[in-house]
Amino acid sequence: MDKTVKKLAIGLLVLVILCPLGLLAIGETFGEWSNEEMQEKLGFVPPGLESLSSLWSAPLPDYALPGSGDTMTMAAAAYILSAVIGVVLCGGFLYLIGKKLARD
Amino acid sequence: MHIPDGYLGPYTYIALWIIMIPIWYYAGNKLGRELKSRQVPLLALAAAFSFVIMMFNVPIPGGSTGHAVGAAIIGIVLGPWAGVIAISVALVLQALMFGDGGITAIAANCFNMAVIMPFSGYYIYKFISGSAPLASSRRIIAAAVAGYVSLALAATSTGIMFGIQPLLHKSAEGVPLYMPYSLNITVPAMLLEHIFGFSILEAVITALIFVYIQKTDSSLLYGEKEMAIERKRKKGTTA
Repeated sequence: MDKTVKKLAIGLLVLVILCPLGLLAIGETFGEWSNEEMQEKLGFVPPGLESLSSLWSAPLPDYALPGSGDTMTMAAAAYILSAVIGVVLCGGFLYLIGKKLARD
Repeated sequence: MHIPDGYLGPYTYIALWIIMIPIWYYAGNKLGRELKSRQVPLLALAAAFSFVIMMFNVPIPGGSTGHAVGAAIIGIVLGPWAGVIAISVALVLQALMFGDGGITAIAANCFNMAVIMPFSGYYIYKFISGSAPLASSRRIIAAAVAGYVSLALAATSTGIMFGIQPLLHKSAEGVPLYMPYSLNITVPAMLLEHIFGFSILEAVITALIFVYIQKTDSSLLYGEKEMAIERKRKKGTTA
């Protein structure tokens, strides 16, 4: 592997370790409200939104372990775990596909 | 910027699947033709980096939070088509595994973050760079502007997708079925929080990574390898 790419990979590792900093940001995100937040804003939940919003239940919703309580330590650990899963699956998948596709 | 399930009605999300499928198909083919072994670790790294950088939520005044995407630098380094693949992989995993972005909205989110961003980022960078030497600071500015504008464009496109919902989908009584806010609210909301917040972060990240690659190994940059070899050869003959 190129030296520069190796250093960039180390940089990514640092980002993974630091990622729980992303949990400190408190606030809402425009257009990503939960049904409860929508109810509060509008006084109702748009019916199409309500039925589609429960279409999929992700195994690790919002990068957290469901039912693990809400201590900051648990949340940070789950967040790092999520980042590791993301790095391994995204990186691994593209590495394998890339190795197959690449030709020199 | 990850649109959840239920915010876009079927007209919009189906239209975006129809738009995205040929884009993915073409991007995959192009990658198959052009990808070099040397770029493979970088491609894997790009998807992983984009995944992680989107987890860094930052607050901005006004009580909103958001994040950078890292898509402009990926477009600049790997080329826009490889960027489509790398960022799409990250977005699909975020939707399926972590519920970040809806399943129905995968194509819409990929269009905004995995198409608009690497393409606008790459071409803005190219346009501002002009024929400036690879090591020039003009290219750093070009990268920063590319990062800044690309995220603002993606935010605008997201705002437009949100804002057309009340026009497209209403019950007989006039109740909105999906995203209830119209264009005059969604576009300024998405655009303002990005141009005064998250786009600045995207610009900084783009410039930092660009400088690092520029200083250490600029032959990694998309389309620049031939140029670099050419220059080395010239240097070799004069020395």
